[in-house]
Amino acid sequence: MTMSRDFVNRRLHSLLGVIPLGVFLIQHLTVNHFATRSEEAFNAAAHFMESLPYRYVLELVVIFLPLIFHGIYGVYISFQAKNNVSRYGYYRNFMFLLQRITGIITLIFVTWHVWETRVQAMLGAEVNYKMMESIFENPLMIAFYLVGVLSAVFHFSNGLWSFFVSWGITVTPRSQQICTYVTMAIFVALSIVSVRTILAFI
Amino acid sequence: MSEKKMVKFIITRKDNADSSSYKEEFEVPYRPNINVISALMEIQRNPVNAKGEKTTPVAWEMNCLEEVCGACSMVINGKPRQSCTALVDKLEQPIRLEPMATFPVVRDLQVDRSRMFGALKKVKAWIPIDGTYDLGPGPRMPETKRQWAYELSKCMTCGVCLEACPNVNDKSEFIGPAPLSQVRLFNAHPTGEMNKGERLNSLMGDGGLASCGNSQNCVQSCPKGIPLTTSIAALNRDTAFQSFKNFFGSDND
Repeated sequence: MTMSRDFVNRRLHSLLGVIPLGVFLIQHLTVNHFATRSEEAFNAAAHFMESLPYRYVLELVVIFLPLIFHGIYGVYISFQAKNNVSRYGYYRNFMFLLQRITGIITLIFVTWHVWETRVQAMLGAEVNYKMMESIFENPLMIAFYLVGVLSAVFHFSNGLWSFFVSWGITVTPRSQQICTYVTMAIFVALSIVSVRTILAFI
Repeated sequence: MSEKKMVKFIITRKDNADSSSYKEEFEVPYRPNINVISALMEIQRNPVNAKGEKTTPVAWEMNCLEEVCGACSMVINGKPRQSCTALVDKLEQPIRLEPMATFPVVRDLQVDRSRMFGALKKVKAWIPIDGTYDLGPGPRMPETKRQWAYELSKCMTCGVCLEACPNVNDKSEFIGPAPLSQVRLFNAHPTGEMNKGERLNSLMGDGGLASCGNSQNCVQSCPKGIPLTTSIAALNRDTAFQSFKNFFGSDND
């Protein structure tokens, strides 16, 4: 029997959001968090990541290919929905809408962020503490990064909840409820990590 | 009080499938324990709108009048539900009646729910037992399973869950929660289980299970309290296993 492209794409979209993208997000936030210790600690951690073996393969397979698929297919999914939160103001419906909004914000933010850091690195700029410090000299950029990073963190945490449902791991309402608490705790924890990091550059 | 108490209705009307919709107000004399259907019947008897103009009677569908057939579903004060169990005493006035616009509107409050019946055929929501000879009694069903399966069998294809779902719309092929849950029902049946794989594979088609975005409006809206999102999550698990079987191969089914 045939599994339709719809089915395979949706499942792949759900999986890629957690593995590798979610894993990468946590790793990225963790490495950046070194900025709260000192400029040297951040630069050393960033340098370590830069000097990983077969870096380009890792970047392509772990980050860029999944990101492009997840991003483009995600936009398609978002615009398929006819949101109706005003009529059905239930918690999950609200999260459904937020998931789509934060997804779009994250895509815009990440595209900008990749351009500003990774692409600039390719063009010869050095990605280090100083670079972020100079970006954050503009208060608008601080706001943009706060919104972008918090959107990404929310999108990951709430997406993790959907992942558990979409793969049939949390089936009962009770398990889904507890999963909501756990994923929202993850959202809060990762938000603290990312906001502290951003503030460290200012 | 000499003046009679009136109930005010604002009804979204449409003269035929191709014309545009408009709103018309009606005032219906109040009677104790009146429901939306008896008010609509009153309008049918005396089709005069609130301005006192003679108009066409409002069209709607109804059948069982006890919330088991699903025919009289409409959007009442913003929420899709059955008009037979919508008691005027419990509704905020003016009472706004609209058709469930997720479906093609035939006329006024009457919609065409054919897509739901089409979806039931698509997912093979039945148990094939017809044959050329007597197959004998089927296997027994465990009582605990029968109990939850019975809840799923309460589905009356009323369309409320489709109306509430943000992913059921003209931009998507999604068949909606109701037919999905029916797959779980028929797969739970000991005889129906023999065709489990076929039904799961049909769910993995376009517009099937994967189009669910987990807004969970369906389970909040279902008038029969069917655990639709539990069904969806259970089927997500079943199709995950089924897709592995399909791809890697298996002796079962």
